Amino acid sequence: MKYVFLICDDETTSPSMEEIRTDPAFQAYDTEVDRRGGSFGGARLRPVAAATTVRVRDGETMVSDGPFAETKDFVGGIDIVECADLDDALALAALHPYASRGCIEVRPVWE
Amino acid sequence: MGVTAPETVRAAVDAAYRDEWGQVVATLIGLTGNWDVAEDCAQEAFAAALATWTRDGVPSRPGAWLTTAARHRAIDQLRRDTTGAAKVRQLAVLERVPNEPESEEIPDERLRLIFTCCHPALPFQARVALTLRTLAGLSTGEIAKAFLTAEPTMAQRLVRAKRKIVEAGIPYRVPPAELLPRRLTAVLAVLYLIFNEGYDEQDGRRALAAEGIHLARTLARLMPGEPEVRGLLALMLLLEARRASRTVDGVLVTLEDQDRSRWDHALIAEGVATLDEALAMRRFGPYQVQAAIAACHATAPDADATDWPQIAALYAELARLAPSPVVDLSRAVAIAMAEGISVGLALVDELAESGRLDGYYLLPATRADLLRREGRLTEAATAYEEALELAPTDPERRYLKARLCSL
Repeated sequence: MKYVFLICDDETTSPSMEEIRTDPAFQAYDTEVDRRGGSFGGARLRPVAAATTVRVRDGETMVSDGPFAETKDFVGGIDIVECADLDDALALAALHPYASRGCIEVRPVWE
Repeated sequence: MGVTAPETVRAAVDAAYRDEWGQVVATLIGLTGNWDVAEDCAQEAFAAALATWTRDGVPSRPGAWLTTAARHRAIDQLRRDTTGAAKVRQLAVLERVPNEPESEEIPDERLRLIFTCCHPALPFQARVALTLRTLAGLSTGEIAKAFLTAEPTMAQRLVRAKRKIVEAGIPYRVPPAELLPRRLTAVLAVLYLIFNEGYDEQDGRRALAAEGIHLARTLARLMPGEPEVRGLLALMLLLEARRASRTVDGVLVTLEDQDRSRWDHALIAEGVATLDEALAMRRFGPYQVQAAIAACHATAPDADATDWPQIAALYAELARLAPSPVVDLSRAVAIAMAEGISVGLALVDELAESGRLDGYYLLPATRADLLRREGRLTEAATAYEEALELAPTDPERRYLKARLCSL
């Protein structure tokens, strides 16, 4: 099954891309993803301050600044992975370093 | 072929429903991967049993008969609406299975079922409902009634849970060793809640206590090497043994004042034996400790003979294994009885100051009881009044009122 990991945290710290590339914890996670057949795509998002939200209601487009929902943790990135089942996906998500600082929401993909 | 007496068949079907329902459903889910088909076909197989067994006699292995009948119905149902590739695959699997398992050894699928029902990805209430529906065979209406919920709400909860199992890819299996301890804890929590929901009740919800014990017995048979499963079963048996004496004429009776001759001594003996089996495995856990505490009470010939130092030590162990302010409160009582009321009272006051038990009626009720024993009657009266405001049930309120009046 394909799952999307929504990688969330409260954005109090924001390591640079270089720091993430050289962090052994991230390297361990990447190795595990590769071992399972690799990622089907993913992205790290810039902090939520750079976000803009669009809604269309009654044909009218409304644009507002900020995130789509008022939550403490924001989606900071996504990863699309193939896993055998939910337990497998949860085990992989638990390896992601952000699972220890924020949380990872695991969502099955509509296939 | 002779006709079997309807009451004999009725009794056989009832017994099979109680003993085999979970197994039939579990096997059908294993074969089809479809929870709704499994439940429908199990239901139909039990309905068919009534007529067929009256005509042909009760089969020697009712469980195997019912599983085969349910499987045939699943094949018919899937043939009728074979649309997707998944259904064709399910059908192929179903048709390959021999009609009657050749060996007496039918693989027990119930473990897979219970671990899936109690998966932490499901909301807790849904785990409880799903376990009662698929393993214990309670109807949606019965479960709704037991949890004081409207039937459509409960039906919706079950539908959502089953949908999540399929859509999120919750595996239908006994978790591997590295996941087993935590998952087993989740299963035991569900069984204990089912038991507790029925424990205090006199009416229809009483059935839940029996279901809890029945499920714990089944799990203990299926996982003989897990001491906490036996610990939980022992705890349930020891609590159930004194249930009848917990109220008299609708008034709560405390352990100290219960008529011990009314305790069920066969259940106590079974509970103690079950606990001994668990303890012999030498891997202690919170349920075994709670059962040991219950056993201390259950085996004391009278209240004065209670081994309070031992109980205080067990509560200290429980606080270490599963810290909670409720456990600390119980430990304070045991210390009051073992070392002196004032020592225990100081611990209770400390707990009260921490605010961790605010709104919990047993906090003022316990303080009141210890103050009464110390002869501090004015303070005791205030505490009893406080407890009366918070007490959740009528028998408890009546007990507190009687205490307050007798000061």
